[in-house]
Amino acid sequence: MSGHVSPVSLYLTIFIALMVLTAVTVFAAFVDLGQFNFLVAMIIAAFKASLVIWYFMHVKYASKLTKLTVATGLFFLTILLGLLLIDYVSKAFTAMPMPLS
Amino acid sequence: MSNAVAHADDHGHAHAHHPALQHHFDTMAQQKEAVVVGMWVFLVTEILFFGGLFAAYMIYRVWYFDAFAEASRSLDISWGALNTAVLIFSSLTMAMGVRSAQTNQRKATVNWLILTMILGAVFLGVKVIEYADKFEHHHVPGYNFQWAAAHEAPSTSLGAGEHAAAAAPSTAPVASEAAAAEPHRELALNADQLQLTTQLYFSLYFTMTGLHALHMIVGIGIMLVITRMAYKGRFDEQYYTPVEMAGLYWHFVDIVWIFLFPLLYLVERHV
Repeated sequence: MSGHVSPVSLYLTIFIALMVLTAVTVFAAFVDLGQFNFLVAMIIAAFKASLVIWYFMHVKYASKLTKLTVATGLFFLTILLGLLLIDYVSKAFTAMPMPLS
Repeated sequence: MSNAVAHADDHGHAHAHHPALQHHFDTMAQQKEAVVVGMWVFLVTEILFFGGLFAAYMIYRVWYFDAFAEASRSLDISWGALNTAVLIFSSLTMAMGVRSAQTNQRKATVNWLILTMILGAVFLGVKVIEYADKFEHHHVPGYNFQWAAAHEAPSTSLGAGEHAAAAAPSTAPVASEAAAAEPHRELALNADQLQLTTQLYFSLYFTMTGLHALHMIVGIGIMLVITRMAYKGRFDEQYYTPVEMAGLYWHFVDIVWIFLFPLLYLVERHV
């Protein structure tokens, strides 16, 4: 049961991919994409996080129960951020307080 | 009662258990599965713990985007990018440490873990430099908080010459600071409103990076214990679970930073 041993080359590939994506996210921040700057930054960050979870944290080789546990966390994070923001962006009772105006 | 006796009899027979196998598990695989799921349940609570802060950040960013954009520009992007690279590299060394433990290379495991701790310390060192800069520029929320133009004028006129002569890292924050003092476009907030709302940004900045740094310190503490265990030869290819669990924690802290970097440093850099 010694578990899956990933080859060193895989770890190096993931490391280089993470470094390149970091450079890409810095570069993308200086390009005017309008509303999409934030979206691009978050997509890159989510992709980097996925690489770390999948390969460095060995979730790829983990049991279905472990995968389900990870997915549960992401599911509830989505509810927390998603539903909260829907309320704040779309409902009048959460209008922006503007100090000193 | 009779079960316990039967169980005790089981242990009497010839086949030897791994010394790390606890008596309430049948096999090493079962034991490890329980630990991995337990660790992930803990990490899920951590995801939602930081998630609450991300939620607060999102709401204030949507409300006071101009303040977040201006305040974010005052951060030095090169320190943030450097720290991102340092943490990603430390994730690689951590993964290599776990791999060395899996393949029963005691010495390599210890070395990789030590390198990981050193990289963690480098990250914290850079954070100290950044925090000191915030104190210097009155960007710490509270009584002495001062946003931009009002207080930048004397400090830039005083230090313009010497800053130009100083080393690159120390000039960079000043340059970005001066740039931030001049609005990059028509802002929806006046100076007094910026003074208030940029404090919200910096409150979140210090809370999020501070809690992240606290996790790093805890991580280094855990790693010290694990490295000692590895050094004493407590692990082999059958049992390296503590190294792997420390790795999961370390990678999680890395992931938090992967999100913190664009959220705090790259709010609006293109104008």
